[in-house]
Amino acid sequence: MNGVPLAAYIGLGMFMFTTGVVGVVIRRNPIVIFMCIELMLNSVNLTFLTFARYQMASMPDDRLAMQNSMMAGQMMVIFVMAVAAAEVAVGLGIIMAIYRLRDNVDIDELNLLRG
Amino acid sequence: MDKAFHFAIPSIEWSALLPIIIVALTGICAFVVEMFQPKRENSLIVGISVGGLILSGVALFLQMDQPVFATAGELFLRDPFGTSIQFILVLISALTILFSESYLREKRIPFGEFYPLVLWSTVGAMIMATTSNLLVIFLGLEILSVSLYVMAGMSRSEEKSEESALKYFLLGAFASGFLLYGISFVYGSTGGLDLDFVSTTWAHHTDATKPMLLFGLALMLIGLGFKTSLVPFHQWTPDVYQGAPTNVSSFMATASKVAAFAALWRILNAFGPLASYWVPVISVLAILTMFAGNFAALVQKDVKRILGYSSIANAGYVLIAFIAHSKDYKVGAGSLLYFLLSYSLMTIGAFAVVSLGAKNGREGTKLEDLNGMWKRSPFAAVALFVCMASLIGLPPTGGFVGKFLLFFDALRTGFWPLALVLAVNSVISVYYYLAIARAAFVADSDESEAKLSKMSRSSTSVCAICVAGVIGIAILYTPVSSFLAGR
Repeated sequence: MNGVPLAAYIGLGMFMFTTGVVGVVIRRNPIVIFMCIELMLNSVNLTFLTFARYQMASMPDDRLAMQNSMMAGQMMVIFVMAVAAAEVAVGLGIIMAIYRLRDNVDIDELNLLRG
Repeated sequence: MDKAFHFAIPSIEWSALLPIIIVALTGICAFVVEMFQPKRENSLIVGISVGGLILSGVALFLQMDQPVFATAGELFLRDPFGTSIQFILVLISALTILFSESYLREKRIPFGEFYPLVLWSTVGAMIMATTSNLLVIFLGLEILSVSLYVMAGMSRSEEKSEESALKYFLLGAFASGFLLYGISFVYGSTGGLDLDFVSTTWAHHTDATKPMLLFGLALMLIGLGFKTSLVPFHQWTPDVYQGAPTNVSSFMATASKVAAFAALWRILNAFGPLASYWVPVISVLAILTMFAGNFAALVQKDVKRILGYSSIANAGYVLIAFIAHSKDYKVGAGSLLYFLLSYSLMTIGAFAVVSLGAKNGREGTKLEDLNGMWKRSPFAAVALFVCMASLIGLPPTGGFVGKFLLFFDALRTGFWPLALVLAVNSVISVYYYLAIARAAFVADSDESEAKLSKMSRSSTSVCAICVAGVIGIAILYTPVSSFLAGR
């Protein structure tokens, strides 16, 4: 496909995913953490689309199987985006509620719960 | 791409989906009724919710002995395992709703929105249990989780509740990122989202797909490991259970665990041909989970936190069924279902008693806050004692039979170290479970002001159902286990 190998897309997806994971682990602001989680989900989308496109190229003789296989990956992307939108609505609501209670959302200072 | 795509609309066997549809519609119905009800008057909503759940339970009961079939374009799978899990989930949801009403009133957060959220969360859990499609498993997981994030933060003026909601939300979303990335690699190697493709792909594997499939499985295990709180992905569990409202913690500890284990069961079964790769990993996780949960629980002072660690330890016990099943497909499934049923009953019973700690907008969940319970409401103290005895695994309770089945499964399939670890851990757990039971029977130091609220009729009935259930499923072991197996 346009001369770009499969591995390049997968590699980019992996890089984005790792960036997201590292961001979640080291950042302290919940909004930034949340952005990193979105980055992870977008890398998932990229990976799904890549596999869907390349699978289509790999089985040209069985049209129905090819169509089903490709649509499965593309549908997954639609669902991931919809779910991510629902999560944003709830997540930002929770962050707002914390901000109203204590004017500070840094997660190092959220330490009421401990044994 | 010369010809246009053509889509055949799949035929749907509506009767198979009926239990899920009933619960979803009951949720919508309860939500609409809530808008027209005066504030703080939730008994009608509770009635509608419980009625809908009973209907759904009847529908599940009727389809129990049907043959196995897939419908809705293979997205929905009707089998005895899925129906039994759905049955347990409906039971959990009904019990949680029943004891929530008085608790939320005492805690001064009587939001009517809670009940539809529980119902929709149950819908997500039920969807997860009855499919072998990874897209649908993911969707069910998110329906379950997004409602739970909202419920965990329901006590909006309490910093603890909001903190637990934020922790649960961030870690839950992080975990679903892992699950999805794993699914994408399984899709890439098998060319489809259905779990059935895995074993055929493995049989005709090429060198490229083999590592990809394993990588995908590892990532999915991390994702579901967070949801089922396996060590080392368990740190959020005690924090979230402690901070969230007690009825929500109860629902989280039971429904979301049961659904996540059901999904994990389907995934690991589909990856059966790769068992030589994942059985060692799961065995190590099981041993770590049992020890970490039990040892950490020993030093805790907060009852909800102890129950959080207890749920971690129980997750370790459950994994034994998975390992035994990989060796011999005839063992494991029955013990898993039985254990999950007994675990749900005793955990809900314990949380229902602990929820009496809420009074006039304040809530005490420390061990000493239970003091004086024997004097004030003896039945609650007895119920707590029975649930703790069952969690320890003393006969004649469901907890004993459940642990015994897992122990026996491990021995039968040759995993005797796991059986040994299970026995040792049951002994360790005696200490902290008895500490909870003892706290309820110690006299209150300050007699002037009672910290515990009176038991309402609905929470009395929840405790009665849990006590009767915990003892009943042990005495009626044969009919219960054949019912769960769909015979």
